[in-house]
This record gives sequence, C-alpha cells and structure tokens, in this order.
Amino acid sequence: MTSNTEFDLARQTVRELNAALHAAAKEGAPGAFTVANPGGAHALACGLDAPLSVTVKGHAGYYCAGMNKQAEVTVEGNAGTGCAENIMSGLVRVKGDASQSLGATGHGGLVVCEGSASARCGISMKGVDIVVGGDIGHMSAFMAQAGRMVVLGDAGADLGDSIYEARLYVRGRVASLGADCIEKEMTDEHVAEVAELLERAGLDADPASFRRYGSARKLYHFTVDNLDAY
Amino acid sequence: MCGIVGLFLKSEALAPELGRLTGLMLHEMRDRGPDSAGFAVYGDPEDETKITCLSKTGETDWRAIDADLERMLDAEVSTEVLEDHAIFRTTGDGAAARRRIIEIAPDVTVLSVGRSIELFKGVGDPDIVAERFGLAGRVGRHAIAHTRMATESAVVTAGSHPFSTGEDTCLVHNGSLSNHNRLRERLEMRGESFQTENDSEVAAGYLAWRLREGDGLEAAIGHALKDLDGFYTFAIGTRDGFAVVRDPIACKPAVIAETDEWVAMSSEFRAIARLPGVENAEIWEPQPERIYAWSHAA
Repeated sequence: MTSNTEFDLARQTVRELNAALHAAAKEGAPGAFTVANPGGAHALACGLDAPLSVTVKGHAGYYCAGMNKQAEVTVEGNAGTGCAENIMSGLVRVKGDASQSLGATGHGGLVVCEGSASARCGISMKGVDIVVGGDIGHMSAFMAQAGRMVVLGDAGADLGDSIYEARLYVRGRVASLGADCIEKEMTDEHVAEVAELLERAGLDADPASFRRYGSARKLYHFTVDNLDAY
Repeated sequence: MCGIVGLFLKSEALAPELGRLTGLMLHEMRDRGPDSAGFAVYGDPEDETKITCLSKTGETDWRAIDADLERMLDAEVSTEVLEDHAIFRTTGDGAAARRRIIEIAPDVTVLSVGRSIELFKGVGDPDIVAERFGLAGRVGRHAIAHTRMATESAVVTAGSHPFSTGEDTCLVHNGSLSNHNRLRERLEMRGESFQTENDSEVAAGYLAWRLREGDGLEAAIGHALKDLDGFYTFAIGTRDGFAVVRDPIACKPAVIAETDEWVAMSSEFRAIARLPGVENAEIWEPQPERIYAWSHAA
C-alpha cells in the first residue's frame, strides 16, 4: 500500500473503499487516503482500527467514520446523521456542518465540527470529547454520561437532559436546559480544560468566555423519600 | 422511512431540464422508499383546469366520465390517457369536476386539480414509475417527488404520494401523523373530501382547507404546526412555489441547497449531489418548526 491512496467514488464503490481501508489496517500498513466525489454516500471510513489518515473531499452521508478507533478522518464538507457515532479513539473532523447525532454514544477520542451540528449532538456520550465551532441543535448531550463538549456558538433547547457526569461548556446562548441539567461554576480547572480542548481542536476562542453546565445529580441517585413509591 | 425531493428553478432557462433533474434526485432516494413513488410537476399555468385521475382497476371508462363532466359542467372536456392515469382539461369548475368524479366513479382517485399541476404515481421501483410517466421529459418551474416505504397504510397506488386536495396544492411527507383520524373527521365536517385512509392525505387536506379559508401558504403551515401531531418533514408545492417544514423535534431528515439557479430539498444530500452547480451551493439543514418557502411570484 502506498503512503497516499486516492479513491474516486464517481468510479469506485463505498464497499471497495472500506475494504481497502480495513485491509491497510489489518496489514499494519497505515497510510493516507483521500476520497474524491463522496456525493453524500453513507458509511464512509467506518469501523477503522489503525492510525490511518482519511480525507473525504466533499460531503459525506450517514454514519461517516462510525465506530472509529485510532484513525484520523477529515470531512472537507458537511456530514450527515451519526457522524463519528460510537467513536472509541482517534480524531474525526468535519470542516462544514454536521447533521444530527454527531458523536453519539462516543466512548473516547475527539470529534471536531468546525461549522454547526444539529439536533442530539453527543447524545449518550460516554467519554468522547466534542468541540463544535458553531451552534448545536436541540436535545444535545441527552443522557450524556462522560466526556466533555465545548460549543463556541449557541445550544438549542433542552441541553443536557437527564445528564450524568459529562461536562458541557457553551460560549453562546443556551435556549433551555433539560431535566437535571444546571449551570455550574467555571473554576481555573475548567478554564484550563476548555483551553486544552480548544487547542487540540485547533479552534480559537477565549476559554474564560465559556459557561459550564452539568448534572444536578438528582435524577440518577435514589432518593429515600421516594421509598414508598416501590 | 421515505424519501422526499423538491426542486424549485429560479432560472427559467432550466425549465426544460426540470423533469430530468427531478428524476436524478428521485433515483438517489430509491432505497429510502422502494415500494412506490410519485411526482408532481408544475408547468406554466394553462387557460384550462387540469384534473389528473388514477384508475384503481385499470379498466375505467374515461370517455363516459368525460361525457358526464361535459353535461354537468356545461363546458367542453378533453381527455388525455397515460397508462392508468387520465388528465381531463376543461374551462369548467375544477373543484366541481373533482367532486363529481369522486361521486360517480368509485374506481377512480382524483390526484390533482389545477391549471399548473400534473401529478402521477405508481407502485414499484421509483425509476420505473418515473419512466412510465415520462418524468425526464417534463417541463416546468418546480416539482416535488416522493419514494415511499409504507408504514401507516397499504402499498397501493392511491396511497402513494404526493397528495393533493386543493387547487394546484400538493404535499409529500416523510414521517407519520398520530391524530389523522380525528383531524380527518373535523375536516370532513368542514367540507373536505378524502379518498384514502392515508395520514399524509389528511395533512394535504388540512392545508387545502386553510388556504381556502384565506390563509397564505406560510400562515396555513403555521396553523398546521399547531394542529398536526406526529413527526414529519413536508415539502409542499403550490402554483407559485414550494415550501419545506419539519416537526418541532425534527425527527425526519432534510437538507436544503440553494444556488442562483435553483433551490433543492431532499431527505439526504446525495439526492442533491448530482445537480449542476452544486459545488457552489449554500447547503443547510432546515431548523425544526421553521417554514422555508420560495415563490416565483416574489
């Protein structure tokens, strides 16, 4: 496998692309891949588990870079539903906007969306870090369990509904907070955390200008006053 | 799951390409809705009203209906038959003609009434439906189309989208409505008539009722956002233009792209990816509950 392999989805299939990526990972011959004419195709660069570098030169469809481990996947356009879903490690970067459920259920790694992400960004996130340059849609970080989310723009309605222990940082306006999600104090530790995430994401903003949101921890702890209900 | 596409041409020069481009978009949405498909094309308004009909049996005596309409309307009626569809043209009252056909021809579904709209639908592979009704050669300024994966009612041609109940108005729907039975009863009391058990036809009837009550398109959709319960992305066609709206929690996907030449919407970007000039398009995901509308009249 050469160090830079070009795929053209005007002539080749998604199956051929993904087979070649998986073969390269299996052979331990990781390199760089570019994907021309993606045309909104689904499931590009899914399930990778090697330090490959994949650049999608255009708009991706659903579930791009799903289940990513180790690899670095860049979409030079918009991404459809479920980009970087269940990411375990590595880096997924969307240069345009991302559709709903960006980084859903992600366990680790970093997801960067330089534009805006729509509804349910980081839903049920379990340790992934997500940095969004623009806005995020409604119901983002729903049932977020662990990880960090940094949003340079605004957040839609019901941010962090039923949240567990993820940390949410939003610079702009939050339309509303979901159940059991509250604003929390920004200490030096949190400012440093935002600074580190912004640097890793390559996005520029004053870390002190963010506000922090997290769990009030009232929903997921048993309340002895409710004993009679059982 | 269903697939929706809509194409609105800002540039008159592209009008001869409308059908071909809509067909390209529809093709990409085949796997979102492989069981049936349909499309509505809006050409320049004609002097006569066109009533597009579907024969449920394939054995309808169109000439008998033509003759009956001429007597009832006291106006000339011409008939153009295309496969199991027929288009009646008349200077008479289109709404009265629709009611009459529903009354006298139980084997016929009236698909559309208007001076601009022509609407065709069929069961099976969307590419074959497009081919049967000559979509690629159709000329006009805007079109909407649909590929259906049935969930709420049977896979029959009459249950395919688009749905139209008002003059030059039609709608395609991805999603399902939960209060369509009650709403259908309410609308029937207000004079709307429905021809299927389909939930999406109720949404079309609702809009037709609001427009008849004097609402503009955006006001009608605003009322629909309050009264329709369920999940939906709608693309709505009128004589002058088209509109897109998503339910308040945006359950169903949608993407819009706009250039100086056209506006396109679809369930997924891949349907838009093959349009000319797409590399320079502004592309975005419509917000929930927000009405996006374009008009040739503006």
